[in-house]
Amino acid sequence: MPLEHLLLFSFVLFSLGCAGVVLRKNLLVMLMSVELMLNAVNLAFVGVARMIGGHDAHIMVMMIYVVAAVEVAIGMAIVVNMFRQKDTIDVNSFDAMRG
Amino acid sequence: MHAEHSSLLFLLIALPALGALFNGLTGRKLKNDKLVHTVAIAAVAIPAVIAWVLFFQLAGMDHHNRALEQTLFNWIHVGSFQIDFTLWLDPLSAVMLLIITNIGALIHLYSVGYMKGDASYYRFFSYLNLFIFAMLCLVLGKNLLVLFLGWEGVGLASYLLIGFWFEDRENAVAGKKAFIVNRVGDFGFALGMMALFVVFGTLSPAGDGGINAQLAANPNGFDTNWIEAAAILLFIGACGKSAQIPLYIWLPDAMAGPTPVSALIHAATMVTAGVYMIARMNVLFFHAEFASSIVLMVGAATALLAATIGLVQNDIKKVLAYSTVSQLGFMFVAMGAGAYAIGVFHLMTHAFFKALLFLASGAVIVACHHEQNIFKMGGLWKKLPLAYASFIVGGAALAALPLVTAGFYSKDEILWEAFASGHQYLLYAGLVGAFMTSLYTFRLIFIAFHGEAKTEAHAGHGISHWLPLSVLIVLSTFIGAWIHPPLAGVLPESAGHAGGEAKHSLEIASGAIALAGILLAALLFLGKRRLVTAIANSGPGRFLSAWWFAAWGFDWVYDVLFVKPYLAISRILRGDPLDHTIGLIPRLVKAGNGLMSRTETGQLRWYAASIAAGAVLVLGAIVLV
Repeated sequence: MPLEHLLLFSFVLFSLGCAGVVLRKNLLVMLMSVELMLNAVNLAFVGVARMIGGHDAHIMVMMIYVVAAVEVAIGMAIVVNMFRQKDTIDVNSFDAMRG
Repeated sequence: MHAEHSSLLFLLIALPALGALFNGLTGRKLKNDKLVHTVAIAAVAIPAVIAWVLFFQLAGMDHHNRALEQTLFNWIHVGSFQIDFTLWLDPLSAVMLLIITNIGALIHLYSVGYMKGDASYYRFFSYLNLFIFAMLCLVLGKNLLVLFLGWEGVGLASYLLIGFWFEDRENAVAGKKAFIVNRVGDFGFALGMMALFVVFGTLSPAGDGGINAQLAANPNGFDTNWIEAAAILLFIGACGKSAQIPLYIWLPDAMAGPTPVSALIHAATMVTAGVYMIARMNVLFFHAEFASSIVLMVGAATALLAATIGLVQNDIKKVLAYSTVSQLGFMFVAMGAGAYAIGVFHLMTHAFFKALLFLASGAVIVACHHEQNIFKMGGLWKKLPLAYASFIVGGAALAALPLVTAGFYSKDEILWEAFASGHQYLLYAGLVGAFMTSLYTFRLIFIAFHGEAKTEAHAGHGISHWLPLSVLIVLSTFIGAWIHPPLAGVLPESAGHAGGEAKHSLEIASGAIALAGILLAALLFLGKRRLVTAIANSGPGRFLSAWWFAAWGFDWVYDVLFVKPYLAISRILRGDPLDHTIGLIPRLVKAGNGLMSRTETGQLRWYAASIAAGAVLVLGAIVLV
């Protein structure tokens, strides 16, 4: 499988994730979309690593997984708290930081 | 010139200052009019006695070193600029000192009757004492800066006294006008002093190393341009204080003050400060030929112009005010012609008879229930014999009636000096001025005192009424002219000093002219006044009298040139346009802030979208460019 296809796939995944973050209103779905973007990046890392060799990229990928897991844990906790406050997880109803 | 020390000098200025302070601070609480005027009169009368003592001490001194001085304290000391507060009495300042303290004391006495029952009695006497203090600083200051202190002080006192009845808006406006017009002159004076300091390194006219001494010792050692400039600038100051063209406009309005004030400040003493200052700086003006010729021209023009205005006024005090302006013009003619001693002599006789005329006019005004229009008086001579006698003697002196009056001797000398200094046309101008002087003076007397009575008049009484008038009547006759100020040591001899054949013919001519003016006034204004009415109603007569009545339109011109534009500018500035311009910057910043804070919606998705869009833009730029 040529690298171009892999990178193109990674780009499509990333764009889908990005679109999910921007377009969806449900906080849970947005978190999932963020995971999708992280995995798209991981895919690009692994693909490029196979082409140029070495282990740096693999280490990076493992680290991203750890960070993503932590992020989900904390993110879910925050989402639960937000739900308790407003009985909804619609992101549009959280605009207390408006200037 | 070596001066002797005298420890009496400081009393001359300390006593009036204490009097002013005492009445100003305690007058309102004590409410004791008797105490107020006793203190005020003592504060002038004691210096008057001291002045005589010092005068005789001075007269007994050596001819070349006639001066007394006393240094009170070191006023300013910055580098080489050192100003001592030194009082200096030489014959010139002694003459002024005697005039100020003695006539001042008489007018204080007169004010006791005139201001009786006024709600602000204490304030009046406090201001009068303040004036005497400042005026004595002016004449006794050895240094020009001390003189300037007094110069400003008399301006302040004049302002306060013109607007004494400030409840009436017109009086307050007149006071303000006097103050502001004088600022124009003071500006010139201050610049003149700076020029003098640049050239001579000192601001003392008199004494060893003073300006006069330096210049006399080394007449060609200084830059003529600087000397001319300094003299012209000082003369601008004199124009303001002594009411000469183009700054004379404040003096007629100053008549809004109480009449004793007009007599003391706006006739006898303060307005002559310019003449005194030029006499003090005589060596400088002697070497500034161009400046002297300007003094001469301005003096002559003022003498004539004010006389024409005096011819048509109908307010008794305004007629006298314009005659003061005119007589000051004559004094400046003497100054410009280099006859400094003669100018000071006329200053002295003028102080006598003009103070007399003003005090008498005060008596008339009070007697007629504060009516000042001479056409509403008439036939007063029977009811007010003392005021009538004062007006006849004072008016004759003003008109320079030959032989019997003080004014004749001094004015005649001025005309002679103008002639002897080689300005023949000035002699003619002076004669025309003298003719008009006698015409308007006796016009005033004939209209106010003769003809049919139109008001009920009540004569004044009491010592405060008759004593000052009687003393001044005596001084306004030829007796006053016997007092020849001993100025030979201080002021130079003038061109016409030697006299000569021509002088006698001039005396006869000017005497005849004065008599002719009186006769013409009698012809025109005694009896039915048919001729005058005919002249006044003819076309040119109506135009001229309206034009002269409006004082040649100087006020109108100044109004259009200065007052109106100034008011227009201030109307523009009232909205603070500069502040608004500077205020634009914060308003722009605030608008930008509003715009930016609108993008901060609090919507997470917007932030995410803009981060993504930004990232795309940056990547696109990197890839494509």
